[in-house]
Amino acid sequence: MSSQNGCGLCKISVKDVGVKKGKDVLLSSVSFDLFCGQLTALIGVNGAGKTTLLKSILNEIKHDGTVTFESHHGEKIENITIGYVPQHLDFDRSAPVSVEDFMMIGRTNLPVCFKKDKKQLKSIDEALDMVGCLHLKNKTLGFLSGGEIQRVMLASALYPLPELLILDEPVSGVDLKGSEKFYEVIADLKKNYHIAIAMVSHDLGIVKEYADNVILINKSVLRSGNAEEVFASAEFKESFFHGLD
Amino acid sequence: MTYIYNLLDLLLPFSWADYGFMKNALLAMLIIAPLMGILGTMAVNNKMAFFSDALGHSALTGVALGVLLGIKNEIISLVAFGVLLALIITRVKNKGSASSDTVISVFSSTAVALGLLVLSYGGGFSKYSAYLVGDILSVTKGEILCLSLTLVAVLIIWSLIYNKLLLISINRELAASRGIKTVLYENIFVIVVAVVVMLSIKSVGILLINSLLILPAATARNISKNSRSYLSVSVLTSLICGVGGLITSFYTDTSAGATIVMALAVVFFVTYLFRKK
Repeated sequence: MSSQNGCGLCKISVKDVGVKKGKDVLLSSVSFDLFCGQLTALIGVNGAGKTTLLKSILNEIKHDGTVTFESHHGEKIENITIGYVPQHLDFDRSAPVSVEDFMMIGRTNLPVCFKKDKKQLKSIDEALDMVGCLHLKNKTLGFLSGGEIQRVMLASALYPLPELLILDEPVSGVDLKGSEKFYEVIADLKKNYHIAIAMVSHDLGIVKEYADNVILINKSVLRSGNAEEVFASAEFKESFFHGLD
Repeated sequence: MTYIYNLLDLLLPFSWADYGFMKNALLAMLIIAPLMGILGTMAVNNKMAFFSDALGHSALTGVALGVLLGIKNEIISLVAFGVLLALIITRVKNKGSASSDTVISVFSSTAVALGLLVLSYGGGFSKYSAYLVGDILSVTKGEILCLSLTLVAVLIIWSLIYNKLLLISINRELAASRGIKTVLYENIFVIVVAVVVMLSIKSVGILLINSLLILPAATARNISKNSRSYLSVSVLTSLICGVGGLITSFYTDTSAGATIVMALAVVFFVTYLFRKK
């Protein structure tokens, strides 16, 4: 667990990130900072490059530019730990994998079916408890509701404790109650762990309620600031309501 | 080996165990069954039932290549071809242009036709027909030794890659985001499956090998809630039906492979009735 978390001064700098696919420019020189203890929402229309940006930060696709972590001492770290909660997970629901099995995968190199380590089992209990899913420990993953699965995904993304947590439309398709519960956990997390959180969301209501910063992108950063500023900007209207009036 | 035979005589004072070929068959089954039980769980998780079927069918081409190239020991050409085909299918499948069952079907039919074409040249196919149904009763000491070494190797590799494969089978993108090299681990797994299938095919037969790989895991899925019970039920089902079917076939004078698969099928349907809802 990194002691650099929890100060509110550490930042993750995304600098000049660009992605090309053949001749198409998907992203060009995108730069912004993500501060720990804050939730930054990435918004934009379909095809604006939000998912491409997430994939660049996760280093899953080839991109220009850098993503660095800078502690408040000014110390730079290139390889940061990133937790990732994917969009609505598509998987084989009949697979005999319990929630505990799933949580164990990241914690041990031994096959999870041989698990025994008490310390790890305890850390799983704590992680599940934090997201309010402890009672689901022995359930099969496929029997969980959409909201429960996303909270389990969140719990598993928090080990090892990341410097940056990425949420990709974490509760799309989840009912209202499940979605509220998810964001309660996120708010808790922000308060108690001060990790930086980046979230892609289409739900502007959620963005307004939970995001500390909003970054509007379309191939590059169009506008950033707090929700009110961004929502009131000409760029925002141009992006979302173009041609409507 | 003599020591093991003596031990079997001591442990199994039954008429079927008087025969040397039955002892060999039993030993082979005690190795093949857990191998299939273990690998089957992951094959089913990764939706590879059709893939392993195609792999089994391609054994004909493996044998044919051995004949064409003049390789004395057909096991070499069998395994080599199996591994090659497994890697090619996986690669084409991951390119994702055609749907994977179509891709596998194309490779499977090509391999069967090519094998039949070469082996039937000059009308001499009958001497290879043993590969179709398999003959566990003719398994040799050398083959048993080879299978037991394979079991040890598979157990080691499997315990190293199990967690990664499990996460890949749940969701590829999620696994990739955790820094798992999905293609690498998938390739390791298909190579292991190809080697095991090809080494067992002489005993089990092309037509039945896939049932031995898939049925125990499918049975375990009916009633398992977590990975531990999934694995143990699969291995146990495979062992009990494998050994039970072998002994039954001795008394009923039926094909050992077919009797084993029938036993597996019965267990599958019974567990299906009691499957978790």
